[in-house]
Amino acid sequence: MANEVTPTVEHAIETSKLNLWYGTFQALFDVDLAIKNGIVTSMIGPSGCGKSTFLRSVNRIVERLGYVRTTGRIDVHGHDIFGEDVELVQVRKQVGMVFQRPNPLPLSIRDNVLFGARTHRLETKSTRDEIVQSALEQVLLWDSVKDRLGARATTLSLEEQQKLCIARLLPVKPRVLLMDEPCSALDPKGTEAVEELIWELRGQYTILIVTHNMAQARRASDECVFMLMGKVIEHTRTEEMFVAPAHRETADYIEGRYG
Amino acid sequence: MFEATELNDRNRRAERLWRWLFGMMTGLLIVPVVLILGVLIVKGGPALSIDFLFTEPTDGMRAGGVFPALIGTIWLVAVALLVSVPIGVAAAVYLSEYAPDNWLTRLINLCIINLAGVPSIVHALFGVGAFVLFFKFGISILAASCTLAVLTLPVVIVATRESLQAVPQAFREACWNMGATRWQTIRRVVLPNSISGILTGVILEVSRTTGETAPIMFTGAVFLLPFLPQSVFDPTMAMSLHLFVVSTQVPGVPDELPYGVALVLIGMVLCMNALSIAFRVYLRGKKKW
Ligand SMILES: Nc1ncnc2c1ncn2[C@@H]1O[C@H](COP(=O)(O)OP(=O)(O)OP(=O)(O)O)[C@@H](O)[C@H]1O
Ligand SMILES: [Mg+2]
Repeated sequence: MANEVTPTVEHAIETSKLNLWYGTFQALFDVDLAIKNGIVTSMIGPSGCGKSTFLRSVNRIVERLGYVRTTGRIDVHGHDIFGEDVELVQVRKQVGMVFQRPNPLPLSIRDNVLFGARTHRLETKSTRDEIVQSALEQVLLWDSVKDRLGARATTLSLEEQQKLCIARLLPVKPRVLLMDEPCSALDPKGTEAVEELIWELRGQYTILIVTHNMAQARRASDECVFMLMGKVIEHTRTEEMFVAPAHRETADYIEGRYG
Repeated sequence: MFEATELNDRNRRAERLWRWLFGMMTGLLIVPVVLILGVLIVKGGPALSIDFLFTEPTDGMRAGGVFPALIGTIWLVAVALLVSVPIGVAAAVYLSEYAPDNWLTRLINLCIINLAGVPSIVHALFGVGAFVLFFKFGISILAASCTLAVLTLPVVIVATRESLQAVPQAFREACWNMGATRWQTIRRVVLPNSISGILTGVILEVSRTTGETAPIMFTGAVFLLPFLPQSVFDPTMAMSLHLFVVSTQVPGVPDELPYGVALVLIGMVLCMNALSIAFRVYLRGKKKW
């Protein structure tokens, strides 16, 4: 699906009967999820319920662990990511991932932003500056770093590092951004800034964000998925989930009755 | 209210005792080092001079200097480095970055550890069979250096692997998640961040071969040569073998001569180590995370 023009699809991610085992331990059970294109979907659930596992299977990074086995189907923009002629590198290009702890590479700010573009050979000498500026502008970081693009990325504050980690995904034009608790290492101000950014990116990318912060899920997402013990319990519009959850478990979790 | 109780006193006495004991052991450790260096300097010092370093042995090795042996050892160690570093580093990169964690990899790791325990005289015999005879290098620097390289490969691999594994896994994951291949990840993130550790570790390990005698005495080093080696296919003199020869094989050598040779040999090893450490300190100053 590399660079062909896909007509706007309704669902950016669609899974059916997705099961995943770590060795003999089953972490996902028959997950059927349809994440709508172009909106922000949050994913909540107690620790260990399989949120990260789900995210990591959407860009097939779980397979790095030799003992993982997956069954079922995952479509990204209507294309089966387990298909026979699928190139893993292309999957990871289309599906970007942001981690809990900001993990900028030990390179300069500029080289961090260019890393993905270089990996996929999408930059030339003449487009480099433009790529860097546009990516950093999109994550609202340009003004504060434009005078020190050569500085080590690790000298930035955590909030800025996390923004940079988002920025470096953008030059390869991914369709989906997966974010695994992107704010949990940040202070409240940083959290707010990153949330704002997520809202800013809404529409251009499909964003799936895992969070333990109910207020954040409520504020910063259109739809919300609640998972429990490897199963999807509920998936509705966010305000609905928080005002009138359809399941007891959801209500219990939202009100803080488990983990 | 803050007076010491009996328990406090007892603990403090025990504390003193242990501290003293551990300190003693450390002191004990220094004794041989000081003794060796002391004896060498006192006894070998008089033999040392600029001439000693830069002239050939004369009078059937009973007088003169160590120049050919000094140059020979530099040749041997340098060629050994050239052979073992590329192979060892490549193998370590494979084992640390590519190899799946299965029984075969574990077996290979086990072999490497065991290889490090093989006595150097066994390496010497292997060197004769493999490099001198089979590959027809003859008695030459190349054969001797290859033997030294085989001897040091395990430590080169282990030192490299440690440096590679010191690079945080999060960096690799960040790269993989952007669709970078293993090689792109290694070239652009892992190696640049471990190369200093690799190089210094490797230089340190290989410089230890400066003093090896057995592996070179059958493969490339000879007692006495009136000329310097011109290429890697020439045999050569070497400091370690020279020391062995002047201290046991030649009658009537003046007392201070072997000590002088030993002092130069130790000096060479210490210089290499110091260089390697200085290099490490310098590169660590530029460390990136
Ligand atoms: N690499 C692994 N090997 C084996 N089991 C794993 C591995 N990673 C996760 N698990 C197990 O799979 C289950 C789901 O883990 P996962 O990390 O997806 O949970 P999570 O919902 O992201 O939790 P958290 O909120 O704490 O991040 C857990 O029970 C965990 O113990
Ligand atoms: Mg998680």
